[in-house]
Amino acid sequence: MSDRDRLGLQVDRIRCDGAGLCAELLPELISLDDWGYPILAPDAVPGHLRPLARQAVDACPVLALRLVPRPAPVEAS
Amino acid sequence: MSGSAPLARLLAGPPLAAGAESFTAHQARLGPLPAIDGAVLISVLESSGLTGRGGAGFPVGRKWRTVAHAAGDWPVVLVNGAEGEPLSAKDRALMVTRPHLVLDGALLAAEAVGAGQIVLYVGEAHAAARAAIGRAVLERGPRVSRRVRLVAAPDRYVAGEESAAVHFIDTGDARPTAVPPRPFERGIGGRPTLVQNVESLAHVALIARYGDGWYRGAGSSGAPGTALVSTSGRDGRTTVHEIEFGETIGSVAGRLGTMADGIQAVLVGGYFGGWIDGRSAGSMPLEPAGLRQAGASFGCGVLSFLGREACGVQAAAQVMAYMAAESAAQCGPCVFGLRAVADATARLAAGVAQADDLAHLERWTGQIRGRGACRHPDGAVNHLASAMRVFGDEFARHQARRGCTADGREVRAS
Repeated sequence: MSDRDRLGLQVDRIRCDGAGLCAELLPELISLDDWGYPILAPDAVPGHLRPLARQAVDACPVLALRLVPRPAPVEAS
Repeated sequence: MSGSAPLARLLAGPPLAAGAESFTAHQARLGPLPAIDGAVLISVLESSGLTGRGGAGFPVGRKWRTVAHAAGDWPVVLVNGAEGEPLSAKDRALMVTRPHLVLDGALLAAEAVGAGQIVLYVGEAHAAARAAIGRAVLERGPRVSRRVRLVAAPDRYVAGEESAAVHFIDTGDARPTAVPPRPFERGIGGRPTLVQNVESLAHVALIARYGDGWYRGAGSSGAPGTALVSTSGRDGRTTVHEIEFGETIGSVAGRLGTMADGIQAVLVGGYFGGWIDGRSAGSMPLEPAGLRQAGASFGCGVLSFLGREACGVQAAAQVMAYMAAESAAQCGPCVFGLRAVADATARLAAGVAQADDLAHLERWTGQIRGRGACRHPDGAVNHLASAMRVFGDEFARHQARRGCTADGREVRAS
């Protein structure tokens, strides 16, 4: 897999309302905190989990979950 | 440094009690605003090592360069004087006494990044600061005043966060927005926006006149220059001082006299900062890198001294209650996480801990960090983590409901 093809999960924290479907569909990379909000694995999504990751993105009722190219955006302040 | 009078740069000039220095007096003392090419000034700022003083400490020159080169519309300069941090008073002290230093810096920033408009964003609770800087704008005449807008920042902790500031100026809603895009990419009205704290701009006003070498002539090699700090202690009074980076906490405490003895711990960096044990605080230099290593941060320059008679768990509980209440109530981990943290800390402080409160705090600190749109939840749990480290024995006693050992007294839960 070339660097260009690396994809990671990203959640819009403001949109997310903790429905939790993503963690049910992709427990390999998404767990829930004590209040039901997703904790995402920081790694890139491995090839064999891509279809499940796409399903999780599509299943989010508020469209808060995204698959985005890695590496993640540069930190600045 | 000890023994000699502290170095004054931002706070040099007429007595601070005299109030705002007039434009005439400011020009007579420092000369006119230097005509310096924007690209040259950005290079000078980069080599000066000046860092932002709003809390994040990002290098000023690098930020200006990014905005100056941003694609798209004319940029905007947002002068951040919201100062929502409860323990900080230095930004409004600067605006009240040296408003023209701040305006000089803002005008230099506008010139350097190619901005037309300047927005002064000043806390609505800071009436004297808004009045002083508003008068200073009028003193500059119409060529300046017509490019400047004065906006009152809502009296909320997160209102000074840069994306919240941009959001408020555009829509009247002072809640942070999801980033990216960050304000330097897309800010006010969709334009690239330079958000800079008032103190950072005041330093620029002097660096533009005297140069980067002059700026580096104070402070330490790792952290050049001077900084304003807000100190507070048992008497509840907050005072503002100018320090050189590298000056020890003990030296600052010495300036305050009464606070030098009996320090249990020092909160450095404000509610977003961390606690340092009183035994090591005295020799701890005020320098961003060293403070980070010690689990604190220089942040916006807050030093709050906790006496030995006080309880660290209660101090932490007070801050957690505040941080939970000041959540912008947008992101689940911040809304529910900080509420849970505040409740557990309050039970511990009151001597009515539930069985797993302390274990939960350890777990939640890790769970919440990095999971908000802005860094409000991170600031809160970093503060808590430092409190649990510095006041670890006290937290354990409170968890075991064995009372409170502050100052050797047994304080029973009420």
